[in-house]
Amino acid sequence: MMADNPIGQAVIWLNDPLNWTNPGGVLDRLGEHLWISGAAVVLGCLVAWPIGMWLGHAGRGGGAVVLISNLTLAIPTVALLTILPLTFLGFGKPPVIVALAVFAVPPLLANAYTGVRSIDPEARDAARGMGLSGWQVLGRVELPLAVPYLAAGFRTASVQVVATAALASFVNGGGLGQIISAGFGLGTAVAGGQILAGGILVALLAILVEAVLAVVERAVTPKPLRKARGRAARRAAAATGSA
Amino acid sequence: MSFRLALQESPGNPWISWQYVRDNSDTILAALREHATLTAEAMLVATLVAVPLAVIAYWYRPLTGPILALSGVLYTIPSLALLAFVAPYTGTTKPRTVLIGLVLYALLLIVRNSLAGLNQVPPEARDAAQGMGYGRWGRLFRIDLPLALPGIVTGLRLATVSTVALVTVGSLIGQGGLGDLILGGFRNNFYKAEIMTGAVLCVGLALVLDLLLATAGRLLTPWSRRIAR
Repeated sequence: MMADNPIGQAVIWLNDPLNWTNPGGVLDRLGEHLWISGAAVVLGCLVAWPIGMWLGHAGRGGGAVVLISNLTLAIPTVALLTILPLTFLGFGKPPVIVALAVFAVPPLLANAYTGVRSIDPEARDAARGMGLSGWQVLGRVELPLAVPYLAAGFRTASVQVVATAALASFVNGGGLGQIISAGFGLGTAVAGGQILAGGILVALLAILVEAVLAVVERAVTPKPLRKARGRAARRAAAATGSA
Repeated sequence: MSFRLALQESPGNPWISWQYVRDNSDTILAALREHATLTAEAMLVATLVAVPLAVIAYWYRPLTGPILALSGVLYTIPSLALLAFVAPYTGTTKPRTVLIGLVLYALLLIVRNSLAGLNQVPPEARDAAQGMGYGRWGRLFRIDLPLALPGIVTGLRLATVSTVALVTVGSLIGQGGLGDLILGGFRNNFYKAEIMTGAVLCVGLALVLDLLLATAGRLLTPWSRRIAR
């Protein structure tokens, strides 16, 4: 029968409308998940983009950027999620948002830095030659040219935050992970289907965010850059083909 | 200064307490051992799967895309979801439930870096090996893999550090090594010393293992140092 295995149970769980519309059901949790993740990514952008772009503009701090990303890799998410509520941030959503933002910073920072660093020095020189000040160079030349990198960092950070937000349920922070945690609380024998269903929902959301932001990344990359890249790739393919 | 003030504010529940460490040294050491064992097992299995995958991708170019894409999708799936996929089948009482998730997560980092290392093998070295009569396997073990070691070690280091951090997710089912201390402290009326001890040991373990692997990599590739000089 269908209800004998966890997959069948998960299908049954997902097909029960009450599991979606009840208080604390899928729709509630999805809303929490998106709100926590969105706030964390915005907070991360507000911190990381100005710093990364300024470091790239000044041409310093590349070592610090690498060091920060390596250090955050070693910090367990669970540790930050449990430590921050016990500080002045208090319980509830704020510590969860801050914890997730910490993990959003490295990709945002690294891409902002690389984006500004990798701009053709001639474009910068030309802007300076036209009499633009440092701030004007940053705002009118470097920022627009770095947008594809900023978008790539935004995509990486967002997917990571949406995935990590599932762990907020460890400290009762809400989100779709809550469905999985509650299932484990009941035990795999009783709630195997619910656990699996929660896992499917979280994984689908992460993949969906990845796909949507890939389209956004393409859309905000200026057409000339996109075309040039495609043409160069085609030319390279043709060259190797004829050789 | 503010740190000392914070300590004085809550004398009953400090962040750092040697008293706690002394009284619970057995529990802490057991958690540390479990954490290190899980990490070592996960890295061993992941290496045994990922390096051959990288070699396959290196030998058969058309397979490079699919292999990288598959490990990329596995990497995108949230760790908690992986745990949820595996747990209904393996139960929550065995460490292998956590182990499967850890291995799947480590794959991408090792495959990508090993492949990058293999692709950096100089064509001259490969031609010379071929001219000396090495077969495909002889060339792999005596030329390609040794020369790709720096890339492989980079992958192992990144994967090890992220695996150490990821083990803590297993604490949801009580199989999280030091994560059990962190989450246990949180649930045990916010016992700050327990949380902090677990967190500090976790970061420390990651840094120590990273250093060990970096040293091993340097010892195994003495030629790369000579070139650097």
